[in-house]
Amino acid sequence: MIWNEEAECRAAEEKEELQLKRLQEVVKRAYENVSYYKKAFDEVGVSPEDIQALNDIEKLPFTSKTDLRDAYPFGMFAVSPDDIVEVHTTSGTTGKPTVSGYTQNDLDLWGEVMARSLTMAGGDRTDRIQNCYGYGLFTGGLGVHYGAQKIGATVIPISAGNTMRQVEIMQDFGSSILTCTPSYAMYLAEVLEEQGVGPDKLNLKAGVFGAEMWTEEMREEIEKRLKLSALNIYGLTEIIGPGVAQECYKKDGLHIFDDHFYPEIIDPESLKALPHGSKGELVLTTLTREGMPVIRFRTRDITTLRPGKCECGRTLVKMDRITGRSDDMLKIRGVIVFPSQIERALLKIEGLHPQYQIIVSRPHQLDELEVQVEASPVLFSDEVKHVEGVKRNIEEHIHDEIGLRVNVSLVEPQSLPRSEGKAVRVIDKRNL
Amino acid sequence: MFKMKLKQISVFLENRKGRLQKALEVLGNANVNIRTLSIADTSEFGILRMIVPDIDQVQSILEEHNFVVKVNDVIAVGVPDEPGGLEKILGILNRADINVEYLYAFAEKKVEQAIVVLRTENIDAGIKALTEGGASVLSSDEVYEL
Repeated sequence: MIWNEEAECRAAEEKEELQLKRLQEVVKRAYENVSYYKKAFDEVGVSPEDIQALNDIEKLPFTSKTDLRDAYPFGMFAVSPDDIVEVHTTSGTTGKPTVSGYTQNDLDLWGEVMARSLTMAGGDRTDRIQNCYGYGLFTGGLGVHYGAQKIGATVIPISAGNTMRQVEIMQDFGSSILTCTPSYAMYLAEVLEEQGVGPDKLNLKAGVFGAEMWTEEMREEIEKRLKLSALNIYGLTEIIGPGVAQECYKKDGLHIFDDHFYPEIIDPESLKALPHGSKGELVLTTLTREGMPVIRFRTRDITTLRPGKCECGRTLVKMDRITGRSDDMLKIRGVIVFPSQIERALLKIEGLHPQYQIIVSRPHQLDELEVQVEASPVLFSDEVKHVEGVKRNIEEHIHDEIGLRVNVSLVEPQSLPRSEGKAVRVIDKRNL
Repeated sequence: MFKMKLKQISVFLENRKGRLQKALEVLGNANVNIRTLSIADTSEFGILRMIVPDIDQVQSILEEHNFVVKVNDVIAVGVPDEPGGLEKILGILNRADINVEYLYAFAEKKVEQAIVVLRTENIDAGIKALTEGGASVLSSDEVYEL
C-alpha cells in the first residue's frame, strides 16, 4: 500500500519542478524571517533570487549542528513563537540541546510523512502499533504517534522501558507493528524467549526500527526471532524527527520523502556536492517546514543516494542504510557519546595519562564499550584489590560523564598506538 | 625496625601473551638475579612481585623499558622447613588481628629453612606482632645474603 500515491510516485520532472518551487519558497522564507540565514547568505553573497535551478542550492551555505545550538532556544524559528504549537529537542548530551519548533502545519506534515512510513511498513487502520519509542522531548514517540493516528491504526503509546509490561501488552493486545530501536527489539526478543513466549503467541508482522545504526545481520536476527518484517526508518530532530526516510518491503534502501526533505550528498572534506551513487555525507533541506526551516543541514551521516523507480512503485529517491558518521560521534545503545567526553572523565583522575582507546563492539546484540587506559605508577600497586579499585574508579568517572556503563582495561604504557596528528581513539568493531 | 623491612618490586603486566617473558628478558639481559617472585593474576591483568638485591637498578631498568613498577615494603620471615612451620607464623598474626594481603615463600637449602614473604596492610604492626610472637623476622641483608 502507498499512503500518498500522487506524492510518492511522481514522475522525475514533475517532482523536480515541485522541489524547485518549494526550495525557492523556503529559502526566501528563511532569509526574510531568520536572522541567522540572512547573515549567513549575505556573508557568501547569495540571495533567494539566485535559486533558479535545483542545483543552485549548492550556492547556499551549510547549517551545522553548532549553528542550531548557538540559536538556542528559539533563534531558528521563522514564525512568531506564538504560532509554534509544539517543541522537541535533541538529547543535549554534548551541551545545549537543539530545539525544533513545529507549527500546526508542521505537525500535519510530520503526521503525513510518518503515515507514509507506517503504510510503507504494511500498516493500516487494522493494525495495533506498539510504540516503544520514548514520548516526551525526544521526537521518536510522538512522531510515530501522529503517523499511527493518521492512518487510523490503534496506537499503543507505551513509550520506552518497562520490558515486562511491553511483553505482557504485546501478547494481550495482539500488537501487530512494533516501533523501537533495533537493539531494543533484540532485547525484547531475548526476554520473550526467556519467558517462553514464542512468535506463535504473538501477532507481530512488522517492525519499524531506527534511531541508531544497525546492520543486515541484525535485521536477519530480529526477523528470525520475532517473526516479523524488520524495516529501517530514518529521521532526525533537526529536520523533523522520524519520518525523513523509510524502507519499503524491498528492503533495499530507504525512500526519502524528497518532496519535503531535499537530500544532497557532499564530500565531508571538500564540502563539494557529489553525484548520485557516490558515498558521502547526507545534507538535508526542509522544503516545507514553517516553524523552523533548515537549509542544507549537515547530518554527518554517511550514505549514498539512488534515484529511480522502485519495484514498490515509488519514485522517492533511496538512500542506503547509514554506514557511519563523518565526525567521531558514537552512538552506543542509542546514546550519543563523543570520545572527548571520555577524555574529560579520564583527565579528572589524578596521575592518569590520558592515553586511551575506545573499543566499541556488539558481542550479544547490545553495544559494549571498552576503554583501554594506559597504567601509570600512580595507579599501580602491588595489591590486586587496589588496582581493581582504580579500574572501578575510572569506570565510575566515565559513567558520570556519559551515562553509560563501560568496561575499563588497564594496559601497559606505550602499548596504545600513537599517531601523528589526530590519534585513533575509536575502534568500532560493530561493522555498521 | 627499618632494617627489618624488605623491599619488593612489583610490575604491572597486561594479560597478554609474552608479557611476563618480556619483563624477565629485560632483567636477564641486565644480569639481575631474582631471589624469588610471585605472580598475582586476574582475568584482566597480572602483578609480578619480586625480591631482587639491587632494587633501584631494577626499577630504572624496567622503567626504561616502559614497565609500570612500584616498590614497597614487605616482611620476610624465616620458617623451619618442616610441616606446620607456616601455620605457626599465621597464627601469630591471626591472634594479633592482622590481615595478610598476600604471601609467597621459597625454600633455602643452605640454611634448611623456608623464607616467607608477607604483605600486611600495616607493615610496622606486622613486624611488631611477629617479633613479639617469637617469629624470626629477617632483615633485608639477611635475605640477600642467603
